[in-house]
Amino acid sequence: MSTPAGGLQLAVSDLRVEISSNRGVVRAVDGVSLQVAPGEAVGLVGESGSGKSMTLKSILGVLPSEAKITAGQVVLDGTDLTRLSHSRLNKIRGRRIAMIFQEPMSALNPVMRVGNQIAEGPRVHLGMSRAQSVQRALDLMRRVGIPDPERRFRAYPHEFSGGMRQRVMIAIALSCDPELILCDEPTTALDVTIQDQILRLLAHLCRESGTSLIFVTHDLPVVAQICHQVAVMYAGQIVEHGTVAEVFRSPLHPYTLGLLRSAPDVDNPGQSLVPIPGAPPSLIAPPSGCRFHPRCKFAEEDCKVTDPPLRILAAGRATACLHYERCLDEMGAEA
Amino acid sequence: MSADVVSATPAAPAAPAGERTRKRRARWYRNPTLIIGAALLFAILFICIAAPLFTSFDPDLQNLEQALSGPGQFGHLLGTDQEGRDTWARLLYGGRVDLRVAFLAVLFPFILGTILGSVAGYFGGWVDAIILRVVDIVVAFPFFVLVIALVFVLGAGEKSIYIAITAVGWVSYARIIRGEILVAKRQEYVLAAQSGGLSNLRIMGRHLLPNVITQAIVYAMSDIVQNMIAIVTLSYLGLGIQPPTPDWGTMIADGQNFLTTQWQLTTIPGLAVVITGLGLSLVGDGLADLLRPGAS
Repeated sequence: MSTPAGGLQLAVSDLRVEISSNRGVVRAVDGVSLQVAPGEAVGLVGESGSGKSMTLKSILGVLPSEAKITAGQVVLDGTDLTRLSHSRLNKIRGRRIAMIFQEPMSALNPVMRVGNQIAEGPRVHLGMSRAQSVQRALDLMRRVGIPDPERRFRAYPHEFSGGMRQRVMIAIALSCDPELILCDEPTTALDVTIQDQILRLLAHLCRESGTSLIFVTHDLPVVAQICHQVAVMYAGQIVEHGTVAEVFRSPLHPYTLGLLRSAPDVDNPGQSLVPIPGAPPSLIAPPSGCRFHPRCKFAEEDCKVTDPPLRILAAGRATACLHYERCLDEMGAEA
Repeated sequence: MSADVVSATPAAPAAPAGERTRKRRARWYRNPTLIIGAALLFAILFICIAAPLFTSFDPDLQNLEQALSGPGQFGHLLGTDQEGRDTWARLLYGGRVDLRVAFLAVLFPFILGTILGSVAGYFGGWVDAIILRVVDIVVAFPFFVLVIALVFVLGAGEKSIYIAITAVGWVSYARIIRGEILVAKRQEYVLAAQSGGLSNLRIMGRHLLPNVITQAIVYAMSDIVQNMIAIVTLSYLGLGIQPPTPDWGTMIADGQNFLTTQWQLTTIPGLAVVITGLGLSLVGDGLADLLRPGAS
C-alpha cells in the first residue's frame, strides 16, 4: 500500500498503564509499542479486557482517574503527548487526533442539538464564526450521508437511529480534518448491515482525505475489511504484529490462530469453529512466562518461565511466541 | 464504491415507540398539579403586579379617623389597620415586595451553588474537599437560625435578606449539582468532549450543566416557598422589610394586638402566605414530574 509522504507519524513506545483497584494494581497495558504511518489503518485486536481501549485512551490522555500511564511515550511528530500540559494537549485532541466511540448513543450529548455538536469542534479549533461552522456541519452531515441535513441539524440524538448516530460521530471526528482517527469498536453496537455501511463510509472518507486510523475491535472480519496492519493484543501485551494479509494467511502466534479458528469464515462454510479454551488471565497477577501458556496447546516448559519478547521477523512480522513454527506446521498440516 | 457509500442511507426513523409515549405523557397540559399551581400563582402574581387596577387606595396613606374599621366600612374591602390604612391595598402591595424578594433570593443562591457545585463535582480532589467542608459547616446550622443571625449582624432590610439567604441557601444547590455532575461526568459524551479537545469550562457549561440543571430547578421551586416564609418570618420579627413599606410579615405582627376584635388583620395576610406557598409548591411538584426523566 502506498502511503503519502510527510504528515503524521505516531509512535507509541513501551506504553504501560496501571489501574489501581481495591484488589491490587491491574497492569492493563504492559509495554505496548505501535507505529502508525500517514494514511495507514492499523487494527488492534483482542478479547475484552486485553487493554485495547486503554491503549487508545492513553494516546489522547483521557484515561479514567484510577488509571495512570506509568511508563512509555506517545510521540506525535517529535512531541511526547504524555508530557504535554492540558491546554497544549487540547490543541491536538479533536484537531489533529479525533476519536470515535463504541456507543454512539452515550457518546453524544442527549440535550444538545446534533448539528451544534458537529459545529462545536470547528468553532473551538478552527476559529470559525457561528455561520461558518454551521455551514461546515451541514457539509459534513452531507458527506457522511445523513439525509436532509438542514432539518436534521436541529434534531436531538434520541431522534436518530443507531447507524445515523454513528454517522454523526464520524462527522464530529472529521470536523477539524484530523490526521488520525482513533476508533474504539465503532461498529460493535450496530447490526451487521449497518456495520458494513459504516465501515465502508469510514474507509472511503479516510482514503479520500488521507486520514490514518487506529481501529480497536474484537471482530476479525472488520479488521480484514478496513485495516492494512494488525496488532493482536493479549493480556495487555502485543503478541503478534504484521500486515493483515500475512497475519490472516499464516498466523505466527497460537492466540491469533485461536482467534481465527473461533471466527466463522465465509469462504469455508461448514468448517467447525474451535473456541480457545479457558478464560483471559487476571491482570493483577498474570501467569508467569508467556501469559498465554495456560491456554496454549503448544506450551512447553520454557513457556512457563521465559517472558517472551516481541521478536521482529522478516517482512515486517513480529511475534511473541517462542515456538511460532508450530503454528506454521499446524497451518501446513491443514492445507 | 464511493457512490453506494453515500446512497446507502436508510431513511432515519423517529424515536422508538417507548420514548414517544413517555414524551407525550410528560406534556405539561396532562399535568393537573402543574396547571392548578400555575393558575393559582399567575392569578396571585397578576393581582399583585396590577394592584392599582384592583384597589384605588394608597397602601401607605394613613387615615386615623377610619382606623380599625371592619370589612366593607368606608369602602374598605377588608377594613383598615390601626393607622387607618386599607388592608386589601396593603395586601396587594405587600405581595409585590414579598414575591419579588422571594424570587430574587432564590436566584442568587441558585447561581452561586450551581457554580461551586459544578467545580467541586467536575474537578474533585482538594477543590471538592474544601467546598464540601464549607457545605458541611453551613448545613450543621438550622436554616432559620443562621439566616436570622446573619440578618441580625448585617442589619435589617432587603439587601441583608439577599446576602443572608444566599450565604446559607447555596449549599443545597451545590450539593445537588455536585452529585449530579459526579454521575454525569462518567458518561461517555463527557469523555468524547474531552477527546475533542474542549476546555473544562466549555465541557462544564455547555455539556454537563444542561444535563444536570433540571434537578436544581425543581429544587428551586420548593426553595422559593421556604424563602417566602423566611422573609415573612424575618419581617414578623422586625428584621425584614422595614415599615412603612407594606409586607405580609409586618401585617401579621401588627394585627396581633387586635386579634380579639379585628382578627382579619392577622388572618388575611396569613392566608395569603399559605395560598401563595401552596401555588408555588404545586408548580414545583408539577415541574418535578415534567422535568424528571422517566417520572410519569
